[in-house]
Amino acid sequence: MTVTSAETVITATRARTAAGSAAVRRKQGFQHGAWFVAPFLVLFALFVIWPLLRGLYLSFTDANISGDATSFIGLDNYSEALDDPLVWESLGHSAYFTLLVVPCITVLAFLLAMLAHHIERGKWLWRLCFFAPFLLPSTVAANLWQWLFNPGTGMINHVFGIETAWLTDKSYAMLAVVICTLWWTVGFSFLLYLAALQGIPAHLYEAAKLDGANAWHRMVHITLPMLRHITGLVIALQILASLQVFDQAVVMMDFLPGPEGSTRTFVQYTLEEGFTSYRVGYASAISIIFFVIIAAVALARMWLLRNREEGGR
Amino acid sequence: MSTAAQTRVKPRKVWTPSQIVLTLLGAVVSAVFLAPLAWALFTSLKSETEAVAVPPRWLPKEWTTQAWTAIFETGNIANWFVNSLVVSVCVTAVVLSVSALAGYGFARTEFRGKGFLLGLVMTGLMVSPAVLGVPLFTTVQQMGMVDTYWGMILPQCAPAAMVYILYKFFQGIPRELEEAAFIDGAGRWRVFFTIIVPLSRPSLSAVGIFTFIASWNNFLWPYMVTNNPDLMTMPNGIATVMNSYGIQWAQLMAGGLMAGLPLIIVFVFFQRQIVAGVAHTGLAGQ
Repeated sequence: MTVTSAETVITATRARTAAGSAAVRRKQGFQHGAWFVAPFLVLFALFVIWPLLRGLYLSFTDANISGDATSFIGLDNYSEALDDPLVWESLGHSAYFTLLVVPCITVLAFLLAMLAHHIERGKWLWRLCFFAPFLLPSTVAANLWQWLFNPGTGMINHVFGIETAWLTDKSYAMLAVVICTLWWTVGFSFLLYLAALQGIPAHLYEAAKLDGANAWHRMVHITLPMLRHITGLVIALQILASLQVFDQAVVMMDFLPGPEGSTRTFVQYTLEEGFTSYRVGYASAISIIFFVIIAAVALARMWLLRNREEGGR
Repeated sequence: MSTAAQTRVKPRKVWTPSQIVLTLLGAVVSAVFLAPLAWALFTSLKSETEAVAVPPRWLPKEWTTQAWTAIFETGNIANWFVNSLVVSVCVTAVVLSVSALAGYGFARTEFRGKGFLLGLVMTGLMVSPAVLGVPLFTTVQQMGMVDTYWGMILPQCAPAAMVYILYKFFQGIPRELEEAAFIDGAGRWRVFFTIIVPLSRPSLSAVGIFTFIASWNNFLWPYMVTNNPDLMTMPNGIATVMNSYGIQWAQLMAGGLMAGLPLIIVFVFFQRQIVAGVAHTGLAGQ
């Protein structure tokens, strides 16, 4: 509906506006433009840019929790961080978590979306089932799985007839956090895939069927190529979110770093230094290191995307 | 549109063999997905002693609502629920207004320094309370907003991602639509409210719903900024206060379901708009 009326308006006005539009745009735009972005920019400056700059400043000091910079110590925090085994260890835990979660979630979300897209009856029900866990707060999902993984009283060991000490054995603890995360967050990527599947024009499949392509061919030559963009997005969003994992790990381990510190993530280590050891300067320095890592990942993605677009076409 | 029309024309969906197999498969997968939630529900209907019985049973031997009454009588649940509601509604309202305005400003108006500011917003995509929690906390502390509603709400109100999504969406609206209105004498603001906002309803509702979900479920920031149990939000109170009593599993599960219920209800009613919104925002598109 909107499209047709929009087109009528467009054709009717295109002639009149052609000459005047540039002048109008300049006149209407200049003085008002800044007002549109101002409210957001105020909040953004106060709660994103200022903390970022402040963190950078604090990272060169030995500030305590009250934020008073007692003295300027240059790069000492940074050199200490590079020698701190816990920095590397917790970074390793976050990376390990990311490496396990991202491929699993991408494949799982795709399969669930294909299933929900192709079943003709009760579409809303499948959507609800697969998306429902994402609607729970992370802490609730974590408590629930902590309870399921509980050795004697939990359902997981009971159902599978095993006796794994999920939460107290350091080789399984992170795995337990990963399983909880898969269940809890796959719904979001599932929804992205589902929306993308619905956006693939049906005539592509009809034409392929006429040409005698079977289901496998249609999948490989139509569905997967059409989903390439969304797959890139799902992977990127998941990498950035997984590197920042905190909630599930900390709640499942009762706010401790897990068996032998095996689920201490990078965010958790930052907060321990800042709020438990009260070393705000040092915590700021490792936050900045973390910010640089995240930014590098994000920029690498943008760069890859640009290269592929330029190379592909 | 065309698919909806087609399904309406079709008299009846038939049970082909492949549809039967797919539906069965869907049912099995859904059962696996919902099993943890069912386990939580059944646990919440057991007595505390039965909840920790070894080996565990799916269904309670004796059904009791004792855990549910207990969380209302002893806990702060009602309080946390109201706090969650206040925080999430405020965050959603502020985020929707400021990011719609900013998205439009960046997409369609010209002003000095626009390129630079847009670059700053892109930097913001990489900063979250998880990345810069400690400096953000000391900033909020300096403003005297620790343990206040303001301290919980405002830092959640500058999501660069939402501005970016709406910016991309507004760029896709044909310029001619606005220019017709300019010729007829409408100003920027009038054009924004009478043309752009109505056209963007699906995107705005997707942004609104996802902001609400994120804010309702946010744990990390409220955890950092509040110590006062009276000010805690649902996820926060349940994780920190209920656990500190020594875990009472039946009560914990009842509280957890209470925290999840509002969003599940919202999703049941709005799921069509949510999927459509995801498609419209260009999150999923090309």
